[in-house]
Amino acid sequence: MKEIINLPVKNVEEEEYHINMGPQHPSTHGVLRLVVSLQGEIVQNLKPHCGYIHRGIEKMCEKDTYPQIIHLTDRMDYFSAHINNNAVCMLVEKALEVDVPERVTYIRTIIDELTRINSHQLWWCSFGMDLGGLTCFFYGLRDREKILDIFEESFGSRLLHSYYTPGGLMMDVHPNFQKNVKAFIKYFRKKIKDYDDILSGNVIMQERTKGIGILTREDAISYGVTGPSARASGYSCDVRKHHPYGLYDKVEFREILGTAGDTFERYMMRMQEMRESMNIIEQLIDNIPAGDHTAKMKAVLKLPAGEYYQRVETARGELGVYVVSDGNKTPFRIKFRSPSFSNLSVLDHITRGCKIADLVAIGASMDYVIPDIDR
Amino acid sequence: MGVIKNMKDTDFRDNETLELFKKSGGNILMTTIDAVIDWGRSNSIWPLTFATSCCGIEMMATGAARHDFARFGIEVYRASPRQADVIVVAGTIVNKMAPVLKRLYDQMSDPKYVIAMGACAVSGGPFYYNSYHVVRGVDHVIPVDVYVPGCPPRPEALLYGVMQLQRKIRLESMGQPRQTVELK
Amino acid sequence: MDNAALKERILSLVPDAEYQENKQFLTFIIPPAKMHDLALKLISEADLSFDYLFCLTGVDMVKFLEVVYHLESTTHRHQLVLKVRTGDRENGAVDTVCDVWKTAEFHEREVYDLLGIRFANHPDLRRIFLDENWKGYPFRKDYTDEVNIVEL
Repeated sequence: MKEIINLPVKNVEEEEYHINMGPQHPSTHGVLRLVVSLQGEIVQNLKPHCGYIHRGIEKMCEKDTYPQIIHLTDRMDYFSAHINNNAVCMLVEKALEVDVPERVTYIRTIIDELTRINSHQLWWCSFGMDLGGLTCFFYGLRDREKILDIFEESFGSRLLHSYYTPGGLMMDVHPNFQKNVKAFIKYFRKKIKDYDDILSGNVIMQERTKGIGILTREDAISYGVTGPSARASGYSCDVRKHHPYGLYDKVEFREILGTAGDTFERYMMRMQEMRESMNIIEQLIDNIPAGDHTAKMKAVLKLPAGEYYQRVETARGELGVYVVSDGNKTPFRIKFRSPSFSNLSVLDHITRGCKIADLVAIGASMDYVIPDIDR
Repeated sequence: MGVIKNMKDTDFRDNETLELFKKSGGNILMTTIDAVIDWGRSNSIWPLTFATSCCGIEMMATGAARHDFARFGIEVYRASPRQADVIVVAGTIVNKMAPVLKRLYDQMSDPKYVIAMGACAVSGGPFYYNSYHVVRGVDHVIPVDVYVPGCPPRPEALLYGVMQLQRKIRLESMGQPRQTVELK
Repeated sequence: MDNAALKERILSLVPDAEYQENKQFLTFIIPPAKMHDLALKLISEADLSFDYLFCLTGVDMVKFLEVVYHLESTTHRHQLVLKVRTGDRENGAVDTVCDVWKTAEFHEREVYDLLGIRFANHPDLRRIFLDENWKGYPFRKDYTDEVNIVEL
């Protein structure tokens, strides 16, 4: 008995404790496994384990023709599906030196911005839900349904449309497109004030997000973080400003930059971006020129041998498509530089020293989509 | 916009097995208790929060305000498999995720049901050819009750799938307990 | 800096770099032994300051394996592409650059996982997407898998 009493008792607080925020978890936004090493409730370090939705899309694309690749890019980052499609279409059009009609560029830019608003609405839903405010889920999805109605009328499906094709669009937009988009913008400008009332000004939300998960500008550049998560740290990285494509050099919009680099700032970036996207759409929606909805393309597209790279700004950050072609109708190697992959790599660095509840808030503010990480 | 044909109430309640049972003069007490239990179970199916990829978003949209599936009894999602009744496999299952899915299914307590939502869960979907890491259909891993095709299926299609599951549950009887097939 | 001046600068830093024609970016093929030193100079010299590595790719050109680095400078906004080749398919190794650009840590793990190119001095080189006991490197051109791949 005495031996048991005299055994040295380890101080429980000094031991490290590993927990698994496993692939099935309500707030990891998909199948991401985080092995978190804790001391008490403070995070010491974090190891992400990816690959639970790795489908080998890049290898599959080596056997698909370029119009077929569009369907697979949809499924990578399904919130910015059109923007992903746009990247591959522009790459093929530039390589084959095809001029798309101006009508196509206008419609593509408007739809890209609608997709961005759509993605940020869903981000807002899941951000509120992760912090515990389930009302946000219903409000955001209700408003998102309005955009999905517009998409369904013109393209036929609510999610994963594959509407862009190298050379133009698969079919022309519905005659009601212009009217519906204008009605949506009018509706959403009022509703976004509600979003600020519900969540942005909420004292619990501000206590949980201000000063948490600070990312400095140098770290953002070095870790390759892009998109609103990096702009919150003051890093100007918007591809639409620095390497403009489509009509972005002809419309006026601000690149929203922050200073603090914490979770609250990343949140405010996306709220402001929704407003800027609406401004861009308003400048373009009344001026869509008449014309063809596609350029004349050959039946079989063969890119000349060489290397091509196209950058676009998705709702998450910079997507890059790198194609090595050997002259055939399928690419020799295609690589998607996905924004969520780089955004995830900085998660370990910024969560050191915070609590588990903060980890959830930081993960929600980085806005990664897991199939985009794993491809 | 497309409209899925509504199921008439008479069709919903009509089943050859039920008819046969009634005709062959089954035990009245058992049928009443069965009816009550099955009515209770089918109208209160609580799913597990499980979504791998794009179909998960359509599942969330089905739960949202417009296509509200709380009116079908799916009141809340449960995060823990012990408390969940159904697992709606929404999204692609890959080789690395398959053991995790099997473990989640094993952790669920009886009676448990599986809905395979989306083309990827039904048969591998767009990733059937040329992928080295995708499981071609979730029924290689766990036994499936209802298949809902589509890429992604519309919310109305998922609601129809849930209604089919409700019909299937109403066929159950205490005298013949549900056989869960053990896959090797 | 425009492309002509940049080309001279790179050739002065690494005289045996091979220039490759490309319509979009200035491209050089660097010998593997010189890559790490060049990386340190590219980020530290004030007129170059390539601090943003925006894409790191592994390619299996059947005769050799190649790692392609796409670089950009956030101050001067000029871009550069560097390639490093290794002919050894069994134990081909390239020096890591994750002490220069921290984004390379994850990207190099991905290249190792899918193509089998090793990176010397990498802090944590292990598979990232596939299971640890997966045999083979799927993105290689000679990868076959009768069990998992249904060929079209």
